[in-house]
Amino acid sequence: MPKPKRAVALISGGLDSMLAAKVIMDQGVEVEGVNFFTGFCVEGHTHAIREKQRKKPKRNNALWVAEQLGIRLHIVDVIEEYKDVLLNPKHGYGANMNPCLDCKVFMVGKAASLLHGRDGADDNFMTDHDFDFIITGEVIGQRPKSQRRATMPIIASESGADDRLLRPLCAKLLPPTLPEREGWVERDALYDFHGRNRKPQMALAESLGFEDWAQPAGGCCFLTDAQYSNKLVDLWEARGSREYELDDVMLLKVGRHLRPAPHFKLIIGREEGENRYLEGYRNTFIALHATSHNGPLCLVDGSPTADDLALAARILARYSQGRDAAEVTVGVDRPDGTSEALRVAPFSPSEIESGWHVGA
Amino acid sequence: MSELESLDARGLLCPLPVIRTQERVRRLPSGATLEVEATDAGTLEDIPAWCRVHGHRLLSSESVEKETGGGIVYRFRIQICGD
Repeated sequence: MPKPKRAVALISGGLDSMLAAKVIMDQGVEVEGVNFFTGFCVEGHTHAIREKQRKKPKRNNALWVAEQLGIRLHIVDVIEEYKDVLLNPKHGYGANMNPCLDCKVFMVGKAASLLHGRDGADDNFMTDHDFDFIITGEVIGQRPKSQRRATMPIIASESGADDRLLRPLCAKLLPPTLPEREGWVERDALYDFHGRNRKPQMALAESLGFEDWAQPAGGCCFLTDAQYSNKLVDLWEARGSREYELDDVMLLKVGRHLRPAPHFKLIIGREEGENRYLEGYRNTFIALHATSHNGPLCLVDGSPTADDLALAARILARYSQGRDAAEVTVGVDRPDGTSEALRVAPFSPSEIESGWHVGA
Repeated sequence: MSELESLDARGLLCPLPVIRTQERVRRLPSGATLEVEATDAGTLEDIPAWCRVHGHRLLSSESVEKETGGGIVYRFRIQICGD
């Protein structure tokens, strides 16, 4: 009996990649999943930070999908490699800072390094390099930047996957790939989905027996979000450099961000979960908190003067329960362990300039 | 009986504790036991799910109050199974 063919599936945790993998599994192909963590994924992190989201199920949808399918899933840290994708996208950005086409080329390229006979995977990746082809849940016309008829061959060629890249949900609208030509999969049993209409996928999900799937609002990546992208650009401009670390991009997901002057920014927790998260950065940033009243934690990023800290304290006081008091005492804790107390008059809402709000 | 291996994933948010667990398990032989400590409540779902998906055995899962600074540490013991 011939050895079954093996495919590696890009699993996002959403419906399309789940269906694509299932369609190919049902043709007798062995499938394993791979999921890439860029640092900008909506999945995971923010669910854990915000209090109101802590009450929702905190499952990782990619792992959940793998469990529904009964396949292995490898979650891969690509934070470092992804910087070049974000900073130097050959095909440019979408509506915001989302380099969707380059991102897809990058991810399919990582999967291509796992194909039989290739040797591109690094030590933190999977050990097996014996996959015959790659599956994605791409659908022509679904995404304005990356999932168009014209981009499909670009992704295949620039990733190095070439005709070993199979998109089961729209394969019938594309030239036959190697797995189809070789008879590893039956082309007639693949699909011709296109456009943004989700009804065909939902009907297929129902016919395959799926009753539940993740429906991420606004996609799976923070870079498609206008407010997040504005905060990222603000960070780069303030620093005069586009270098970033994971902590930088994580903090952009948390709190309200106010920049009263180019050389410093405030990050103020909006609720208890965010305050707890910001607490973890006390050894890196100057931290402000009201001591005379209850209120949020505020981190100060940049190089504030004493006058700037007094201004920051007045802003923070506005977001504390002492907002209507004549005076609020604000503790200022520095990473070197020194601290002081400032007694300030809280700003009124009109004194907080709308232009200070970053990302709005 | 092999030694107990340990992984400190405290302070990391999901999915990084799962990724670090996966990287460590790749270097351990079948039968070895790995203890993972994490502080993200998301690991309560994700580590057991990752074990099920890869066929490893979750021997125990417990929540321990931190001695200082408040908060909870989640401690998992995983027995590596298969190849």
